[in-house]
Amino acid sequence: MAAPLNSSATATVVARANALFEDLSFTSARQWKAAKPGRKVIGYMPIYVPREIIHAADMLPLGIVGGGDQLEVIHGDAYYQSYICRIPRSTIELGVSGRLDFVDGMLFPSICDVIRNLSGMWKLMFPNVYSRYFDVPQNYQDDTGGNFYINELTELRHDLGKLRGKPITDDEIRRSIAAYNENRKLVRDLYAFRAEQPWQAPAAEVYLVVRAGLVLPVEDHSAMIRDYLAAVQAEERPRRDNCRIVLTGTFCEQPPLNLIKSLELSGCYVVDDDLLLVTRWLIGDVSADGDPLQNLSLAFLHHSESTAAKYEPNQKEKGQHLVRAVKRSGAEGVIFAAPSFCDPALLERPMLQHVLKSAGIPYIAFKYAENSGQMQPIREQAGTFADSIKLWSAA
Amino acid sequence: MNTATKIITSRAPAKEIVKDASMLKQKEMMAAHYDRLTSAPDTGAKVAATFVPGNLNELIMCFDLVNNLPEVNAIQNGLRRVSGSYVLEAEKIGHSEDVCTYVKSDIGMMAKGNIAPNGKKFPDPDVLLLSYTGCFTFMKWFELLREQYKCETVMLHTPYMGDGKITKNMVDYMVKQLKDDVIPTLERVSGVKFDIDRLREYLKKSTKAEDDLVRVLQSAKTKPSPIDAYFGGIYYIGPIFGAFRGTEDAIDYYRFLREEIEDRLAKGQGPVTPDGDMGKERYRLVVEGPPNYTSFRQFWKMFYDEGAVVVASSYTKVGGVYDFGFRHDPDKPLETLAEYCLGVYTNRSLPMRIDMLVSYINDYEADGLLINSIKSCNSFSAGQLLMMREVEKRTGKPAAFVESDLVDPRYFSAANIKNRLESYFQMIDQKRASAAAAA
Repeated sequence: MAAPLNSSATATVVARANALFEDLSFTSARQWKAAKPGRKVIGYMPIYVPREIIHAADMLPLGIVGGGDQLEVIHGDAYYQSYICRIPRSTIELGVSGRLDFVDGMLFPSICDVIRNLSGMWKLMFPNVYSRYFDVPQNYQDDTGGNFYINELTELRHDLGKLRGKPITDDEIRRSIAAYNENRKLVRDLYAFRAEQPWQAPAAEVYLVVRAGLVLPVEDHSAMIRDYLAAVQAEERPRRDNCRIVLTGTFCEQPPLNLIKSLELSGCYVVDDDLLLVTRWLIGDVSADGDPLQNLSLAFLHHSESTAAKYEPNQKEKGQHLVRAVKRSGAEGVIFAAPSFCDPALLERPMLQHVLKSAGIPYIAFKYAENSGQMQPIREQAGTFADSIKLWSAA
Repeated sequence: MNTATKIITSRAPAKEIVKDASMLKQKEMMAAHYDRLTSAPDTGAKVAATFVPGNLNELIMCFDLVNNLPEVNAIQNGLRRVSGSYVLEAEKIGHSEDVCTYVKSDIGMMAKGNIAPNGKKFPDPDVLLLSYTGCFTFMKWFELLREQYKCETVMLHTPYMGDGKITKNMVDYMVKQLKDDVIPTLERVSGVKFDIDRLREYLKKSTKAEDDLVRVLQSAKTKPSPIDAYFGGIYYIGPIFGAFRGTEDAIDYYRFLREEIEDRLAKGQGPVTPDGDMGKERYRLVVEGPPNYTSFRQFWKMFYDEGAVVVASSYTKVGGVYDFGFRHDPDKPLETLAEYCLGVYTNRSLPMRIDMLVSYINDYEADGLLINSIKSCNSFSAGQLLMMREVEKRTGKPAAFVESDLVDPRYFSAANIKNRLESYFQMIDQKRASAAAAA
């Protein structure tokens, strides 16, 4: 019953998302900025920034997650030692090569020492660009970490208001919270749909559609997700005899698109992941009533994703998010994929593996770089993993 | 006062290692501390594991807790050349080859019996005081230890000085954590009620030792420098960065050290090296980054054989930056602990770190900057090549870059480092010759 019209609708959305993904000049963001005088673009790096505040200032939040496998790093290597992940090199390359020359500000969230130090490098290399290390609390009590975070949000709000030339009002932030609530709900719907019918929404397509949210205005992105969901729900796609896995460790430097495709080609449907976490960092809706900064703070403290960049105060809770993700998505195993030299992901990995082992959930692990080219070893490893899961399941 | 002493190590019986009297005194202090630590199960003392950057020793002592610092244990294992096997052990049980080797040395040591440098078993900590600053890895490290020890853990989160300043928000956040989390937890674990006046007394003592440490470090402004502020400096910071800040022992040690250095200064002597007094001072360097500990003496020898003395280093500020005026302030005991944590070297933004290095090069009349980039320490290493360029640009002095690791012997390539250093010294010579010709 696959109607050509629906296939075409899916292909159209995916083609647009893919074009945005491949465009290392960020043409759509440039066009957005040029469309109206005074518009500003604020770049941000993984894992999380409160995009609502940028949006509330009538600015475009632009997610920068490195240069991928299509960017040749020429200058970036001169800024880094031998042993380091690739995302800072390629991000420097994007900056030095002028690809980010239209960006008015950059936010470097608290995730690891590399991104942290990159914030200082940006200040030195691009002194005319507003740049800020965006700190978040590791204490999750309302009157301790919460107060600290509200003050950090207040500073960001003040800075962006100054950059705009007009303070950001509470109502503007409330409207932005509503826009992002809608977007987060759509991303959740998309993930839930994929978990239910992963053959209908292949991981690479879902990745591209979600990733488009890093460069598009949130309203456009929400429309894109709606279009994609409508198109794939109306289409019938072939179902493979794949196992179902959760992909984890991919929250910062992104794996090449080919890696995500390779997992499915080798027999693993990705039914949950931690790619592009900013799009669903906050779990559930943020209240759009009352004090907007307090609401964003409460959401961060009590309703945000667990990941390696966060401290888990409760040992019993350590790694349980992954177990829950496996159960929620009906996964049969976990693939740990971490960027080489990624301190958070690689330090976290043994602890998560111990939790999975206790829960009887099988896993495999490998490393990648955003420009990894050889997929054969990963296909073999993932394929063997898929086979072994089927064997265990049969037993 | 000529206090240099020759000792013979059991590891290298044919080689005499020269040590200052202050080094010997420190060795006794460290040995006593390890004995106190390893005898805790017998004495009933409670143990708090915590970190060097963000070390709240004065607060820990308020609860009669004994301080155990896993980085210091890793360093000891590096110097004793056993860390390599510990790192391998940790990798064997699933830890990545890419991550911090301090962590892996610690985890591997636990896996192999958790034996302290005195040959006795380390006690399990009663509390993990996750007070850390300037390094994200610390947070994961104690989550890993908590998994092993299953003991109570309390965190003090220090915000990063990304914009180059300490804000009221940062201090308030930290003080609130101290009041609401850290102090109540330490009270519960230790059974000792917190007494803020006791904390004030310890902080007063800290200040005295800090004054003397700064005088020692700043003695390197003299030519020739009586100290090596990197290799020798690592000995000097040991007590104050470790378990002794706030104690009478630390006051005595730093007074003794200052007198020893003042004596060398008066006599116009250079630093003491493991091979005795250094010869003529030919190069004055500022060094950024930690040393390699598994080949520490070999690395140092590459410097003093060429007459190179390190007059200032950033690594000796990793447990506290005192030479720009900060002192623990007993009049605001909790705020001062927060400000101390916030101000440590690796919690400073890259522009601040560059400012410090430039100031060292100018104030200590150094010939240039050497960066030892540590493979598994992104907190220090990420961005150092840009720092090198900026420092060169702002001082006009040449810089050089070598790579090694903290306690993983696989990443110390002596020939490569020696070649780089020799080329660097030639570069300094050429720069001097050009300057002389132009004058």
